[in-house]
Amino acid sequence: MSVIRYEVRKGAYYDSVVLMQLQKALTGLAGVLDAGVVMATAANKELLAAGDLLPEGVEAGADDLLIVVKGEEETAVVNALAQVDELLKRRRTSTGQDFRPRSLEAAVNILPEANWVLVSVPGRYAAGVAEEALRLNRHVFLYSDNVSLEDEIRLKQMAREKGLLVMGPDCGTAIINGIGLGFANRVQRGNIGLVGASGTGLQAITSRIHNLGGGVSQAIGTGGRDLKEAVGGLTTLQGMDLLARDEETAVIVLVSKPPAPSVVTRLLSAALSITKPVVVSFLGYPPPARRLGNLYFATTLAEAADLAIKLAKELTSEAETAETSRISGYIRGLFSGGTLAYEAVLGLQAILHPLYTNVPVRPEQTLPDPLTSQGHTILDLGEDVFTQGRLHPMMDNDLRLRRLRQEAADPETGLILLDVVLGEGAHPDPAAELAPAIAEVCRQRQIPVVAVVVGTEDDPQNMDAQIEQLQEAGATVFQDMTTAISYIAQQLAASSLVAGTPVSLTAFGEELSAINVGLESFYDSLKAQGGTAVQVEWRPPAGGNEKLMAILAKMKQQA
Amino acid sequence: MIDIEQANETAVNRMMEARPILKGVATARDVIPGMRDNLLLHAGPPITWERASGPMRGAIVGALIFEGLAHDWESAEKLVTSGEIELEPCHEHNAVGPMAGVTSPSMKVYIIENVTHGNKAYSNLNEGYGKVLRYGAYSEDVITKLRWMNDEMGPVLADALATNEDGIDIRALLAEALHMGDEGHNRNKAGSFIFTSKLAPLIAQVTKNNDLAAKILKFLGDNALSVLNPVMAACKAMADAGHNIEGSTVVTTMARNGTDFGIRVSGLGNQWFTAPVETPQGLYFSGFTAEDASGDIGDSTITETAGIGGFAMAAAPAIVTFVSGTPQDALNATLEMYEITVAEHKYFTIPYLDFRGTPTGVDIRKVVELGIPPRINTGIAHKEAGVGQVGAGLVRPPMAIFEQALMAYAEKYLND
Repeated sequence: MSVIRYEVRKGAYYDSVVLMQLQKALTGLAGVLDAGVVMATAANKELLAAGDLLPEGVEAGADDLLIVVKGEEETAVVNALAQVDELLKRRRTSTGQDFRPRSLEAAVNILPEANWVLVSVPGRYAAGVAEEALRLNRHVFLYSDNVSLEDEIRLKQMAREKGLLVMGPDCGTAIINGIGLGFANRVQRGNIGLVGASGTGLQAITSRIHNLGGGVSQAIGTGGRDLKEAVGGLTTLQGMDLLARDEETAVIVLVSKPPAPSVVTRLLSAALSITKPVVVSFLGYPPPARRLGNLYFATTLAEAADLAIKLAKELTSEAETAETSRISGYIRGLFSGGTLAYEAVLGLQAILHPLYTNVPVRPEQTLPDPLTSQGHTILDLGEDVFTQGRLHPMMDNDLRLRRLRQEAADPETGLILLDVVLGEGAHPDPAAELAPAIAEVCRQRQIPVVAVVVGTEDDPQNMDAQIEQLQEAGATVFQDMTTAISYIAQQLAASSLVAGTPVSLTAFGEELSAINVGLESFYDSLKAQGGTAVQVEWRPPAGGNEKLMAILAKMKQQA
Repeated sequence: MIDIEQANETAVNRMMEARPILKGVATARDVIPGMRDNLLLHAGPPITWERASGPMRGAIVGALIFEGLAHDWESAEKLVTSGEIELEPCHEHNAVGPMAGVTSPSMKVYIIENVTHGNKAYSNLNEGYGKVLRYGAYSEDVITKLRWMNDEMGPVLADALATNEDGIDIRALLAEALHMGDEGHNRNKAGSFIFTSKLAPLIAQVTKNNDLAAKILKFLGDNALSVLNPVMAACKAMADAGHNIEGSTVVTTMARNGTDFGIRVSGLGNQWFTAPVETPQGLYFSGFTAEDASGDIGDSTITETAGIGGFAMAAAPAIVTFVSGTPQDALNATLEMYEITVAEHKYFTIPYLDFRGTPTGVDIRKVVELGIPPRINTGIAHKEAGVGQVGAGLVRPPMAIFEQALMAYAEKYLND
């Protein structure tokens, strides 16, 4: 047996939706079999009757609220009716979540000021998302790995054309405007900017900078493959250029596991054109010197941090600018001393490419024909091939003088580097023979000459007089190789750091707002650090259906 | 090479610039192109009696009784299964109809003219709530009401509209109603008031019979769906203006017949892409549950096609609880639809979104890529003929039809 009870509320109007919800709530109560809640129009009463929910003798009209409850027993039904007011009053708290867009395009509409897109979707989809972000003129932090090298190059070239950064793929760490992206430490802001192809390298250095009381302006990750030959340091170069222009940044730190040698020279010659000190920490790559111009070489991550802090403090006192006589063309080194030649190779290989020599540090540097220079060439003229049938060049200048004229006649020659070794056993007055040739080269051919003189005041050749003669002939004279190389480095033609469009500084220095596509923990982390962020509810395009994805891709190419 | 973006911009601009004006009321056989005495129009893509749902069959039976061609279910069924009476989609005759959408030759229809591009669209008269033909009811009282509407109210509406050369601008009416809490599909309360208030003086002028005028005005004024049918025809006129644009991926038809959901795409001509309908999710009237629900039915999805209805949920906070729950969800519904559409409407705007235009022009590319089918607000019919409406809620078209359309597009345009 079931019990049916009803209640009529005269003139009480409710929206039908409210009534349906009340009805649903009543039906859900314990012991209730069915319920009807309607404005008592004829049509509605008919509906109730059809559902066996219209008790005899109900007097209610179209303006009246009719509540009918059917239950297993009296108490349940009475209890249900007693709860009607409570249920009607129950305000819906806004349980609905904020809107989570599914597409990057929609996210950009929601947060137009977001300059950054963090991508951490599975690798096979990541390039597509990153490309979309670039298309929408946003910088990309590409955490995803398993992105092909071809895609990486394509994305980075596209970014360079548009003046955007692609940090990654496989980029774990960055700190932008004080907010860590991906894996990053909470470090105070300051005037040290970093560019790194190594995530933990960046973490170790930025943490130490913080712990030593320094601060970080920006830390730009590049992804581990950026310094491979094929990628050529595209993002690193952009990052350096950006930090060079960034007013907040006083000192730049460059960190990486050993890069491809050809990329090293590109990076370091670019770094040399910056007017800010650059600390270089290429772990495992032999530093050419402790210092080359504005470049400071660190052998460990900790040393890099220490150097950066020291430089940041000293900064104002040392605003030296190099002389403006820039070299264009190749450097030709004509050495009498083998070890000096080797030291020159060690130092210059970091900034010159291609470099050839008969005293190679790496096999590919071997000069095919010692009698003909090519590219940048460093020659040890004391090698057997040159000394057969003649005296060593430390005693006999004849070979060097002829080679000097040979190099001077080569239109590709841009600078000539010599050593002049004094002391017992050496030629009694090398400058007397060398100076006229040097003068000819300098004045007639407009080719600068740099000479490194090794000797003491007590040497029989009279070192000061030797130096004076050389200088009068037009040579720039140093007394150690490192200083000479540092000088040369600063004379190198400063190719602009980046081809393409320079990255605009507008996304840097302000508050960070970003769009996160992928790992939700990155979104949480952005919010926790005080950044503004939108999480994209990403799904594989076309549900991962290859055929449809191919069609969509083809349609995108039509655009 | 096809410029898809350009084609879509053209299609959606034509949809938005179309200005649908209610010009008159006339008998279907006199105005609907291709209408003939042995033809019934119905909602959705093509259907046969054998595959038709309960409400669709009931409405067919009712329409044939109304036409005096049949007197009961059996005689009606025989007419249709024998092929004596033919069934064709409203959409293939520039027409639309809510729910079953069955429109027979003698029925009065609204005439909408898009004065920008010159195309016309038609829709039958709205019967109100309760037992109605559009939900498959065909009992005596249903037919009696239809006859009254057709023979008494219809001519008055025709005369009334004939006195007004300018007609009633439905696009302007909708724009206003969206600012009054309507979304134009499930909620047409404000629009129906505006509609009635515009018709009232005209009706008063043309009828000397005060009782009839009062009865008609009460009928229109009590029915919060009075304006739905002219709105649907207006949306049809707008959508048709965007149809047949070479290379466009914009959807210009979405319609259901209770069995199949069908879409047509601007750049793919008159080809239907169909798949079985889903059952709507929603709230049910007293005594009914989801088990009673018919499959999704009706041409009223033309509203979403034109950028209102479920797409304009953020404009209609009063009904959001029907389909989702909270005002935030309503907002989300509209925001979600921006993701799969190509434009924001120039004339339909949403106050809460700082008068941002409603999401307009569903792009099959975006639907497939993001896996987001359009969101549709709908009434729910009982699965058996003759019972009527049992609830209202939310439904989405099956993904498969958008995938089919995309593949057909690739076939047509990308095989170079």
